[in-house]
Amino acid sequence: MGRVILHVDANSYYASVECLYNPDIRDKPVAVGGDIEARHGIILTKNRIAKRYGVQTGEAIWQAKQKCPGLICVPPDYGLYIRFSGRMRSIFEQYSNRVESFGLDEAWVDLTNKGTSITDGERIAHEIRERIKGELGLTVSVGVNWNKIFAKLGSDMKKPDAVTVIREDDYQHKTWGLPVDELLYVGRATRRKLADVNIRTIGALAQADAEWLDYKLGKNGLVLKAFANGLDQSPVMPVDYHMAIKSIGNSTTLPYDLETMDDARCVYYLLAESVAARMRENGFRARCVSISARSTTLVTNGCQRVLKHPTNLTDEIAQMAMQLFSERFARFLPYRSVGLSCSMLTPDTYPVQLDLLGDETARLRKETLERSVDDLRRRYGHQIVQRGVVLANKRFAEINPKEDHTIHPVPFFAG
Amino acid sequence: MSCKRPNRYKHYVKVRADHLPDGTIKPLMFRDDEAGGEVCLIDQIMDVREAPSLKAGGQGIRYTCRVGERQVMLFHDAEFWFVELGE
Repeated sequence: MGRVILHVDANSYYASVECLYNPDIRDKPVAVGGDIEARHGIILTKNRIAKRYGVQTGEAIWQAKQKCPGLICVPPDYGLYIRFSGRMRSIFEQYSNRVESFGLDEAWVDLTNKGTSITDGERIAHEIRERIKGELGLTVSVGVNWNKIFAKLGSDMKKPDAVTVIREDDYQHKTWGLPVDELLYVGRATRRKLADVNIRTIGALAQADAEWLDYKLGKNGLVLKAFANGLDQSPVMPVDYHMAIKSIGNSTTLPYDLETMDDARCVYYLLAESVAARMRENGFRARCVSISARSTTLVTNGCQRVLKHPTNLTDEIAQMAMQLFSERFARFLPYRSVGLSCSMLTPDTYPVQLDLLGDETARLRKETLERSVDDLRRRYGHQIVQRGVVLANKRFAEINPKEDHTIHPVPFFAG
Repeated sequence: MSCKRPNRYKHYVKVRADHLPDGTIKPLMFRDDEAGGEVCLIDQIMDVREAPSLKAGGQGIRYTCRVGERQVMLFHDAEFWFVELGE
């Protein structure tokens, strides 16, 4: 028996929530954009009116305003978007216990059950669409199919407030003529490689030579070919599924360019504090420290190194990050954004190989101290305790990577 | 996050309510300080449902209330309460 999967995609999500809360801007071009002062000034979402002017997600706000002089640009309110996302999810969970979110505004719902047909899926899709409109005031597009990839493709076909069903007998007709980059996981680079051999549609990808795809794109080429043929088997995760944590990291685009080693030390200490605190919170120690930095010309580089001992201490992580930074990145200053990530995680309950020459007592004391700081911050807020290195550099002191940290969407190839 | 987005289509109000053992909230009266502190007793709650306020902007639990001869839409939007203003 085939599966019945819905992909529900909220239309112009952030902009729709903003328009719902402000009746005066509903019939005007509206975009939600990051904070220009903090140099996050890009368009995150736009409504349909702004889209008609050619405003695109990801472009700078000033570029969008050139295309659409009357554009109303509002700052994002993630708390509100998270609340609406939760309300949508609770509606989905009334239909299935297999609901997998893909970012705040998209989710797959697996309705597969004895006797449920694609036609039942279509009926439930309409019911969900009507409920979200009636209860939350938002419109969604829903795709109905037997796999996640085509369900997502379907939700992109008709917008807004619509349901698209792709059935077994018409999937080739409906999907094979579409540009190949409509398929999930065909990005710019893959599209270019495929275009080199004249594969421009999903149909051409579906019929492409498997050996050539394997040679050119590796095993991902074969995965994409299977996607194009409707053979995706990936499950919709159950509602209580939590992805295994493989790494913990933070990155930040800075309000000012990072110009000196002092700046770097301050920012890496801030990031290391956040990463170390999150590792302690989740009960991990890490053996590998990776850093990344993006130049003012938007070129990103990264490097990593393995530590002698697993750690969850800010000092050890920050010192390794600074060592890497001074070896690899310092000579190319300034930088626009930087990141720090720890991987090769082990539970903090695992025995640790002690260092005969190191001072384990000091490490233990440091960990106790850092846990006390975690507790103080949990009770009184992040700014209650600050490191000297951070206070010495006022330019970046207000960054709070731990609480500002939100990553959407989660990757498709999870687990 | 703040759902408090004042505009000319709604008034935020002070509400007196019963919090019932089943977790539901039954508003009894509200005071509209933006309209001179008028106190309105809710005579009847005709409908309760989750709904958007398309007129005033917002979303939450919507109480369709009878206040004397008037029908008032009272919204509980996260931690705030507001009424939709008339035509």
